[in-house]
Amino acid sequence: MTGRGLRWPRLAASAGRRTEDAPSGQDKADAFRRTMMPHMDAAYNLARYLTRDANAAEDIVQDAYLRAYRSFETWRGEAAKPWLLTIVRNCFLNNVGGAAERLTGRPVHDYGGELPSELIETGTPESQLAEKNEAAMLRATIEQLPEPFRETLILRELEELSYKEIAAIAQVPIGTIMSRLARARQMLADLLLPESVRKARS
Amino acid sequence: MSLHPDKLLLIHGLVDGELDAANTVAIETHLKSCGDCRAELEQIQAVRELIAAAPLRERAPEGLHKRIELMIDAEAGPAPRASAAPHRPVMPGRLAWNGGGVAAHVLSGRWASGLATGLVAASLALAVAMPQLTHTDMEDQLVQSHVRSLLVGHLVDIPTSNRHVVKPWFNGKVDFAPPVPELADEGFPLVGGRLDYIDDHEVAAIVYRRRLHVINLFVRPARTLSLPGGVVARHEGYSLVRWTAGGLEYWAVSDVDTGDLKLFRQLYISRAMP
Repeated sequence: MTGRGLRWPRLAASAGRRTEDAPSGQDKADAFRRTMMPHMDAAYNLARYLTRDANAAEDIVQDAYLRAYRSFETWRGEAAKPWLLTIVRNCFLNNVGGAAERLTGRPVHDYGGELPSELIETGTPESQLAEKNEAAMLRATIEQLPEPFRETLILRELEELSYKEIAAIAQVPIGTIMSRLARARQMLADLLLPESVRKARS
Repeated sequence: MSLHPDKLLLIHGLVDGELDAANTVAIETHLKSCGDCRAELEQIQAVRELIAAAPLRERAPEGLHKRIELMIDAEAGPAPRASAAPHRPVMPGRLAWNGGGVAAHVLSGRWASGLATGLVAASLALAVAMPQLTHTDMEDQLVQSHVRSLLVGHLVDIPTSNRHVVKPWFNGKVDFAPPVPELADEGFPLVGGRLDYIDDHEVAAIVYRRRLHVINLFVRPARTLSLPGGVVARHEGYSLVRWTAGGLEYWAVSDVDTGDLKLFRQLYISRAMP
């Protein structure tokens, strides 16, 4: 793969170095905070949709930030968000063998049974409740999409990354991203749109 | 499947603003004559609207912020000012932005009061009626110019983040001199400049960025009858903010929210002053 050469963090090396030069450690921490912390919502959002689980998402984001910090020297000033999300995605894939596998194996249709607690609170105006309900349904539908399509859709529609950036994160050609995005949108159309809006299929 | 499977990815590319000029023209021409592909386009837009309308983006919990802050502190190691660490802002960017938001709010308040006290009753009535009547066509044109500019290779004629290059570039191309202030330190880096057409007249388009979003700032001489007041509008999913200063009329157009654009207006005005 060409493009951003994201190196996997050299944990031992950088951990050893930091103890030697504490003052520049603070500079690094400041620079890291400035560039990477504003993207924590994006990191969490991606992790959340990849794992479909709030706790697993937090673990992955924390792991990703640690790795990002330790390999911050390899960041060359390119767009920070795609750089960070690449690490989030790698952390997710690294975890798939363990906890994440249970989660991805979770039956996808069990969402309808449990109402999120915030929906049950009393005194919520009817319209707000409907809105929340609709969002929860939409969220659950997106979570049902197979992984590569879900990931592409999230990065494009919620994180507003370009095809090129998504291709770099997923490490596939742009054409593949375009096909995945088209498929993802078609799946959502089939699942969500009323017959009248949905394009006539032959 | 579609009657024209070869066109499908191009339609998505069009929706995502990822096509170059030649492909854009080609697919738009095809869409005019092909109902099947138009239906495809409508379906894509319907899905996108559904997603855009719902609060789907998950926000990182506060506890996670704290844990990562602590982790960075631990990684950074002991330092002379380590005791001050807990007082450091959790997210510098976000805090600065809130401050700016307040300032933008104050500013727009000042504009509103200027509008109310400064104008005679007749033009006040006009001011109320105007945005609906005359601005819509103008807004249409601005949004279209903005969208056109996002196609690959169309954004800027002169791509540079150096304001001392952009400003002279407009000399001789338009017969007015739009200020090109530096706003990168406030999160609006300069991308470049471009000539554009609005109402069949040449206008200067100065391009800034806000995060991943493009802001087109269209500048043209203010007309004698044009209103001094500001306009903040949402149009086809785009934000538009208008103001006049120094005999020039400014329209900022972007898909960022109007709060960001108002902040942009405030910074631009304060920095553009000599």
